[in-house]
Order: sequence, then structure tokens, then C-alpha cells
Amino acid sequence: MEVEELKIKSCITKYNYEKKALISILQDIQEEYNYLPQEALNIVSKTLGIPLIDIVGVATFYRAFSLEPRGKHLVTVCVGTACHIRGAPNILEEFERKLNVKAGKTTGDGQFSLETVACLGCCAIGPVVIVDGNYYAQTSIRKVDAILKKHRKKKK
Amino acid sequence: MINLKINGLEVKAEEGWTILETAKFYGLEIPTLCYKEGLSAYGGCRLCLVEIGEGPKAKLASSCTYPVEEGLVVRTDTRRVIETRRMMIELMLSLAPNSKTIQDLASKFGVTKVRFKVRNEECILCGLCVRMCAEQMGGRAIGFQNRGHKRKISTPFDIKSEECRLCGGCMYICPACQLKCQGPEADTTVCNACLTMDPTCLDYYDELQCWMYNVGRCGTCVREKPEKSDSKEQAQKSKEKQKNA
Repeated sequence: MEVEELKIKSCITKYNYEKKALISILQDIQEEYNYLPQEALNIVSKTLGIPLIDIVGVATFYRAFSLEPRGKHLVTVCVGTACHIRGAPNILEEFERKLNVKAGKTTGDGQFSLETVACLGCCAIGPVVIVDGNYYAQTSIRKVDAILKKHRKKKK
Repeated sequence: MINLKINGLEVKAEEGWTILETAKFYGLEIPTLCYKEGLSAYGGCRLCLVEIGEGPKAKLASSCTYPVEEGLVVRTDTRRVIETRRMMIELMLSLAPNSKTIQDLASKFGVTKVRFKVRNEECILCGLCVRMCAEQMGGRAIGFQNRGHKRKISTPFDIKSEECRLCGGCMYICPACQLKCQGPEADTTVCNACLTMDPTCLDYYDELQCWMYNVGRCGTCVREKPEKSDSKEQAQKSKEKQKNA
């Protein structure tokens, strides 16, 4: 996807060129491109007058930002303590096998990104899996296929 | 002027000074690694820890970032402080065992073994190079990236930065990647050559001249100076004896 300077600039203008709005600007860019393209960060750096390294520091610090293209669907498996005890590692393994990618990576066809999270705070319904903001409670290995099928159908 | 006590000594400090600056002004030695004059204080290496307050409420604080307060009671070389410093040196040693600076510190504080997995990362994330680049060289080419155990210092996207002028300031100031220790490697990780060789590269303080004599263990003076013909093993033995005592 080509990075358009105007699009990035409009993201910045929305926040009145304020330096403190950096995270909001990055969020908007991520919304637009699904990840943070390198050229986009260069443009933000030049327009706002923030050193590029500081922007990269922020972008790599937060898990919400990704410097690599993400898939259309984001699969997040909770591997926090409670979910771990209830079998989250097996579920993660099943996802890895079904999607044929390691955690933190994106499938070759750009459909799914697989990620882990330490705890979502809803341990009572664990093990939890989130796909595109939809929560799946008490998942098991058997349910993995159904979850993936459901979201594969909803191609954008 | 602000009045405070360092190691039982009544001292006066200007407003805005840190404990480290005050101690330096009075000639009291506090070891540092990530602190360099001319660069902002970072408080990352935790070697300049001092004990603040008295009794059970005493807490450890990094003296390079702690501004002086009226009536502050500071102790720079208590057992707790020394032990914490030793632990920090041990941790840093496991990250960058090739650094002469850290090996010297290990010898100075009697750290003779590393109980952690040696990782040879050649970086202890002290941030000296980042501050050197930004504050003295006027560039912003390198900085911290990622978080937690993945934290690293690098240029944006790991490619040559447009802002880097190859001044070499970062390499000049780095305590971990530049100075390779000439001591034996791999065998024990800690070379401790400075402990067993004579003449040694470390300073020894005569017990009677030591400032800290009445205060507690300052680490350097308590240790016996190994005898001239001492081999490494004997020095080790004497150290063990010391430990038992």
C-alpha cells in the first residue's frame, strides 16, 4: 500500500500539530494502514519536529502498534496465568498449527495475525480468545476451527 | 545552603545539588557507571545507590538522581548498599562479561562469580550512548526501542540514521562494547585478575586512612591485599576464609 503524504498530514492536522498528540496520530495512521509504515513515521517526524528515534521508541514500546503489516483479522490468545492453567498453551499451539504461523506473525495470505496477551482481566471466562474484538469464552482446541471458519467467511 | 549528614559527617550543599555531587565535593567516593559529568543523570546502573534515612525505614535511592534535602541522613557504604551494588555488578557482568570497566568493578567489589546465565549481549542499557548522542553531539540518531527483555538501543528501523554523522561519541562513551577485558575469558566469566595480580590496577586504601572505617564495610579496605607470591587459588582461599569469618 502506497503511503500518501496528504493522508498522513490530515491525521496530524486533526490534532493541531501538537507534539503531545503523537500516540493519537500513530493510532490514526495504524487505523488507516493497519500498521505503521516506515515512510509514514518519517513524515510524522518531519512535520511535528520530533526526532524519528523518539517516534520509533513510542511505536515499538506499545504492543498496540505494529511496524509490520498485520493481517485482516487479528487473533489474540490470552496466555495469562488463569488462562494458562486452563489450557491456553494448547489452544495457542492449535492456532499456530491451523494458521501455520508462529505467535506474533501474520499468515502468508495476509488474512490472520496471531498474537498473545498476558491477561485480559476476564479470567473467570478463560481461556479467552479475541478475534477482531469478538470475545470467545471458555475456548478449547475443538472450538478453534469453528472460530477461524467464522471469521474467514467474513472477508472484507 | 542545605545541611545534611553523609556517613555521620555534617555537610553543606547548594540547593539543587544531588547527593552524588555533594559526596564528590567532600571527597567521598560513590561508584558510578551510567553517570558522567556533562550528561543528564539517568539512574540506570544503580551502582551509586546510597541508604537514606535511619532504622527500619531506611531506603535505597540512586544518589545521582536524588536532590539534597534539609536534614537528610545518607549512608554510602552500609552492608545493604554494598550487597546491592554487588548484585548489580553481577547482573551487569552476566550481560557484558567482556567489558573491562565492569570486570574492574567486579574485582573492586569482590564479585568472584556470576550466578546468572551469561548472555554476552555487550550492552547493559545504561543509556550513556543515547545521552551522549542527544546532549553532547546534538544528534538524535540512536535511542531505546522495544520494551522489557526485548529492550535495545538502535537506530530507527535498524538502518543507518540520517542524523548520524559517524562522530563515534557513542562508542567512545560505551562502558560495555569498547573496552575488552584482557583477562582470561569464558572459563569463569569473572576474570578477577586484578585481585590476584600484583601490581594491581585497583586502588587499595590503608585501613587507617579510610574515611569509612567507623561507618561500615566500604568494600575496598576490608579486603586483604593478597601476598606477592600468592597464586590465584590461594587468593581464593583467603577470600573464602574472609567470607566464613
